[in-house]
Amino acid sequence: MVNHSHTIFALSSARGKSGVAVVRLSGPGAGTALDRLAGGRPQPRHASLRALSDGDGMLDEALVLWFPKPRSLTGEDVAELHLHGSLATVDAVLRTLGNLSGHRLAEPGEFTRRALENERLDLAQVEGLSDLIEAETEAQRRQALRVLSGALGARAASWRSRLVRAAALLEATIDFADEDVPADVRPEVAELVAAVISDLRKESAGTGIAERIRDGFEVAIVGPPNVGKSTLLNALAGRDAAITSDIAGTTRDVIEVRMNLRGLPVTVLDTAGLRDGRDEIEMLGVAKARVRAEQADLRVILTECRAAAPTMEPQGDDILAVPKSDICEGDFSAKTGTGLDWLVDEIGTRLESRASTAGLAIRERHRTAMKRGIESLDRAAAQLEAGTELAEIAAEEIRSAIRALDSLAGRVDVEHILDDIFANFCIGK
Amino acid sequence: MFHVKQSRPVVVVVGGGHAGADAAHAAARRGARVVLVTLSRDGIGVMSCNPAIGGLGKGHLVREIDALDGVMGRVADRAGIQFRLLNRRKGPAVQGPRAQADRALYRAEMLAEISTHPGVSILEGEVTDFIMEGSRVAGVVLADGSRIAASATVLTTGTFLRGMIHIGTTSRPGGRIGDAPSVALAERIDEFGLPLGRLKTGTPPRLRTSSIDWDGLEMQPSDENPVFFSFLTRRAVARQVACGITRTNERTHDIIRQNLDRSAMYGGNIEGVGPRYCPSVEDKVVRFADKSAHQVFLEPEGLNSDLVYPNGLSTSLPEDVQNEYVHSIAGLERAEIAQPGYAIEYDYVDPRALASTLRLRDVEGLYLAGQINGTTGYEEAAAQGLVAGLNAAADALGLEPARFSRESSYAGVMIDDLVTRGVSEPYRMFTSRAEFRLSLRADNADQRLTPFGIGLGCVGKARQEEFARKMEALESAKAQVEGVRVSASEAADAGIRISRRGTARTGTEILAFADVGFEDLLALRPELSDIRVDIQEQLKRDALYAQYVARQAKDVENLRRDEAHAIPADFDYGRLSGLSGELRQKLVAVRPETLGQAGRVEGMTPAALTLILARLRMAERRAS
Repeated sequence: MVNHSHTIFALSSARGKSGVAVVRLSGPGAGTALDRLAGGRPQPRHASLRALSDGDGMLDEALVLWFPKPRSLTGEDVAELHLHGSLATVDAVLRTLGNLSGHRLAEPGEFTRRALENERLDLAQVEGLSDLIEAETEAQRRQALRVLSGALGARAASWRSRLVRAAALLEATIDFADEDVPADVRPEVAELVAAVISDLRKESAGTGIAERIRDGFEVAIVGPPNVGKSTLLNALAGRDAAITSDIAGTTRDVIEVRMNLRGLPVTVLDTAGLRDGRDEIEMLGVAKARVRAEQADLRVILTECRAAAPTMEPQGDDILAVPKSDICEGDFSAKTGTGLDWLVDEIGTRLESRASTAGLAIRERHRTAMKRGIESLDRAAAQLEAGTELAEIAAEEIRSAIRALDSLAGRVDVEHILDDIFANFCIGK
Repeated sequence: MFHVKQSRPVVVVVGGGHAGADAAHAAARRGARVVLVTLSRDGIGVMSCNPAIGGLGKGHLVREIDALDGVMGRVADRAGIQFRLLNRRKGPAVQGPRAQADRALYRAEMLAEISTHPGVSILEGEVTDFIMEGSRVAGVVLADGSRIAASATVLTTGTFLRGMIHIGTTSRPGGRIGDAPSVALAERIDEFGLPLGRLKTGTPPRLRTSSIDWDGLEMQPSDENPVFFSFLTRRAVARQVACGITRTNERTHDIIRQNLDRSAMYGGNIEGVGPRYCPSVEDKVVRFADKSAHQVFLEPEGLNSDLVYPNGLSTSLPEDVQNEYVHSIAGLERAEIAQPGYAIEYDYVDPRALASTLRLRDVEGLYLAGQINGTTGYEEAAAQGLVAGLNAAADALGLEPARFSRESSYAGVMIDDLVTRGVSEPYRMFTSRAEFRLSLRADNADQRLTPFGIGLGCVGKARQEEFARKMEALESAKAQVEGVRVSASEAADAGIRISRRGTARTGTEILAFADVGFEDLLALRPELSDIRVDIQEQLKRDALYAQYVARQAKDVENLRRDEAHAIPADFDYGRLSGLSGELRQKLVAVRPETLGQAGRVEGMTPAALTLILARLRMAERRAS
């Protein structure tokens, strides 16, 4: 039996408005989590209705199951919380679990990995799970891309560059001590670290991040100019969100409308018509549209007629559709509403079938990442302030912070730090 | 014809540079009978670049070589004419021993080490081909036609693969100056179809000591309390000297700028990639145009040598320009160039073609070590030589391979970087490459590796005994210090920055404070003064990082767990559904040996790792 010291948890059911959300925990602290949230552990392998509380107030009334090791999914202590499926409830429960010491969100496939290590899965099960894990990873990757290209992305990029710079300064004085590098970099490093700490605090204090990271799925409507993308968006949203006109190229930027589709929170993106732009501004719009559309969870690719080539290469189970069935042979008409139900079903089915824990999990992951990042940077700042010459200890804390923040700011490798050193200092006596 | 007694399996080491010397010695220590083939006995232990050993990261490697009873450390100690511990004011994890070495002494001491080892025979000759048994290398063929059969062969021939020397606009084939490149052997290696890349490196002109005006120059003396490479060295043997420091100036830079088109590097004659941390003086002037001066260290090449190595002036400009810019530098106005600087370009084997034993994955019996693997530096070469030598011997004798891991040695970090990630410039060790830097220290290399070496059978009796004595003293002192309890108020009274209301601390916890030395603890507990001074210092160094090492314990544990899952060499990534095409390609190229190594392949996802693990489990179950 492999002994893991951390207890992992995740929302393990697919998300939807109706139904039950299952949060699963595995690891040595699963029982403690039940003690803390549900006031104790039910009889093994029997469902028990419990009030869940975070200590201050009730979170939800939930069915709780307890599977002591080794007779469990992973071979470790496992607990399951069957919650009411509201996003707010699930969110609150995940956050409470994340605050327990030794508990953290599972990485994609981590339950499977533990089950494998403890010989709890047969081969057929493993093979079957691989697609699911891959989908989960892919969903996380997409979400991460979206964060990086969004408003938080700009901040994350500045944290990254400051931390790389801070690490590079310290590492330069460590690894190139006999070279022509500044003798004391502490003031500059302290300044960089303080700036990142203050940003992180601001970001994680309020609901900043929670608001900025769009929860739910993104569906992009793409197609050539004037094919009827904005009309479709309006029809889906039931209001005039995008300006529609018959003049090609009206939507210069990306318009987003949040809506509920089949009980799922969805942000529909109306993108600029994909064609070679006539003027610079329009071309910028087109480029932006393409990037956003590529990062969306799903694309509805509209073509003028069945024979026309799509303006964007479909990925995975993207939907190809021909609009304007009111005036030509098509799949639906946004003007008359014919076929819209079909399209909404198509979108809803695809989204529901995706492993959909990513949104919530990512948000929780970012929260803990920032928390750990702040802790490490605080210790780095204390080291720098104490004025010892032990640069390697401050460097160690900054390394930990960089590792903690990699889900936000992207992975920083020693090569990135060396790049910065060699770009800024003339090394080579 | 050269005759080898066939009593024990033979390891042939080709090349007597830094990789070759430690490879031959290591293979012999492990019990193989070794034939070291070199063009000339005088070439053993030659320092072809700067006359110094060690430094940051590099000094760590030398300590590790020494901890396994390798030769580089003790030879450098005997040849050292200026010892300096770098980063003396920072913490012990990032302190690196460095020494200027007398070239002639180094060579003589190295030759003595190698030639006196009963397991090694030195053979002068040029290897022109391998003896092939199918796809297996079964020994070497010399230029005179003689053949030496070997169970394993270690190739440590540096820059010999299509080596090309550039001075200004003239180029000619060659390894280092004076050596002929071996064309026939290169052609044989081509037949293996290995992935090759091209790199370059440069050297500065060598100056006559007697022609330098030393009077006005800043001098850098040896440390007062020299720190040596070998755990067994107690004092310096050679006389200690100082190095001079001068600087380039605007006039130097003007001369270089005016002649850039005559530099091989800038004239377009060189396509190889050079190291960013060792740029030519041309590069420095162009890339850091706003700097009005660059440091030049004038390093004596030996006690009786009339040569100085001006570290910082490496170049591929023509000789007349070298003369002109050298003369523009303070102290060098009348300096005489004994040998012009040159750049050398060479092919290297993409180290991702190697297993972590440094054997070519697709060529049985053939190990590569040193510059041929895309690294630079004597220390990097010697550490690879050690690893290749130990493993070639294991191969020949049917012993377990010697595996070095990232969490226990710099050698492990280097090997893993090389075989997993390959190189994009000549690879040099830095302490920042080691994620467990606070644990992998020069001062504890013996604690980390000597027991491992004893297990491998490559550590001699003298070192074993010395190590046992040290560990005994360390353990008993540790228990003594751990047993000490100091109340918070007592500690605060002694000037230790600690809250008076805090809990009592053990001696180790007191030592963990950065600004507390062992002498402060002695002031509180004089009875600890019977602990040897070197042991006191070791306890302080261990205590300083204890909390960080503890925090990393989980990472270390995860790494070990993943390293324990071996991936067979014939693992079929094509059959893994759910891997992206790109990742599959990378995995096929690297062919990681463990799940841990697979995790370090660029672009790896947790999902893909789980898939690999699932497949491994499947195979295990089928087998059982």
